[in-house]
Amino acid sequence: MSVLDPSSGTPLLRIRGLEKAYGQVTVLRGVDLDVAKGEVVTVIGPSGGGKTTLLRCVNFLETYDKGSIRIDGEEVGYQDGPRRAMRSERDLARMRAETGMVFQMFNLFPHLTAAENVMLGLVKVRRKPKAEARAIAEHWLRRVGLAEKLDRLPSELSGGQQQRVGIARAVAMDPKILLLDEITSALDPELVGEVLDVVLQLASEGMTMLVVTHEIGFARDVSNRVVFMADGLIAAAGPPRELFGGAIEVERLRAFLSRFGARV
Amino acid sequence: MGYHLNFNLIWRHFDKLWGGLVLSLELALVSIAIGIAIGLTLAVIHVSGGRIVRALIGAYVEFIRNVPLILLVYLVFYGLPTAVDISYDATTSFVATLSLYAGAYLVEVFRSGLDAVPRGLIDAGKAIGLTPWQRLVHVRLPTMLRITLPALSNTFISLFKDTSVASVIAVPELTYGAQWINFNTFRIAEVYLVVTSMYLATGYAILLALRALERRFVIGR
Repeated sequence: MSVLDPSSGTPLLRIRGLEKAYGQVTVLRGVDLDVAKGEVVTVIGPSGGGKTTLLRCVNFLETYDKGSIRIDGEEVGYQDGPRRAMRSERDLARMRAETGMVFQMFNLFPHLTAAENVMLGLVKVRRKPKAEARAIAEHWLRRVGLAEKLDRLPSELSGGQQQRVGIARAVAMDPKILLLDEITSALDPELVGEVLDVVLQLASEGMTMLVVTHEIGFARDVSNRVVFMADGLIAAAGPPRELFGGAIEVERLRAFLSRFGARV
Repeated sequence: MGYHLNFNLIWRHFDKLWGGLVLSLELALVSIAIGIAIGLTLAVIHVSGGRIVRALIGAYVEFIRNVPLILLVYLVFYGLPTAVDISYDATTSFVATLSLYAGAYLVEVFRSGLDAVPRGLIDAGKAIGLTPWQRLVHVRLPTMLRITLPALSNTFISLFKDTSVASVIAVPELTYGAQWINFNTFRIAEVYLVVTSMYLATGYAILLALRALERRFVIGR
């Protein structure tokens, strides 16, 4: 079940030679990364290293300049073929619905209740009848421990609760891959645990995930593979035991990890 | 200075003032409703349209904002019917003018409101697979309306006061009622004292009601 060797079969997510610049600032300098179905890959590294940009390229919240991102063999954002033409908005929307994303700042729709936040994509994108969408929303909100908060507005929820709604909103769409962008960075320390527990649970059920995080302990517990990014490149990658155990000798990685108290 | 305030004549003609106040409110309500429709439509067209469309909307907004309202009222009521073959009564003419006037201000309010919708919410809409139109209808507009509610309230109160301009083309609203009583009783101080209190009390009541409404809706932010 755990796919530690991404070379077996076609990976679900396949990134090759990904490059991206904002004007003069190059953020990604040729990133190669595969994520197999059911695999959890965590991206760690210093701020400004390109982690979040990488994640945002995967569902085309950011355009990219060079290289290729494929999900289930389908090119993200651009049409197949030699000419690099952007997909139509309708096509982009269809493809984005196949990936779930959870944001650092939660980004819940402020005018909708917890249940309505989850239902919006189900009704408008998946075309489910309201009652069915409501049932799915209730199911997932119960799963993240918010059965009592279905009809609360985001402003009436704590940060940890809001983020769990964010997770429910993403997984309710039944995505092929879940993208988590520093989802605990904006939370008070005592609320981090409740959110990470939900993610650990999803991982144990075989959800494919690409996770950007600063929680090194969490990265060790949840990941099949950990990727260390710095300066727009993947500087080191491997199973957490190797990466955190000192088996991989990369100076920048050692410097980065030492900030978290040497052995994690 | 032997002037003694005498309100008897005012009370005798109070139906003119009361009817005027009701009409003033009606004018403001109809105009803000049409103005919101104009403002919303043009704001949406502006953010999604090309350069020429934007320039045309910009021209409309700047024209209205830089010409005094009273002149716009004259232009529409006296000017337009002499230039083209069209006829309407004073009230219709004024409602059309005030609606266009409100629309121009509201385009700007809604446009900056749309700009103020947090990027993260639009990203969240994209991430669940909403199309641009769905993002507009289900994410941007509802968020924008909450952001712009205070500005909308202010616009409505301004419009209510601006209905007084309708008196110059003899629309029988509150200020016109005051003038009518002036001409017939010469109780100038009394009339304006009463009418000022009526504008003040009504405007303040509207303000309180709208603030309560804002608290209800803006809570979600």
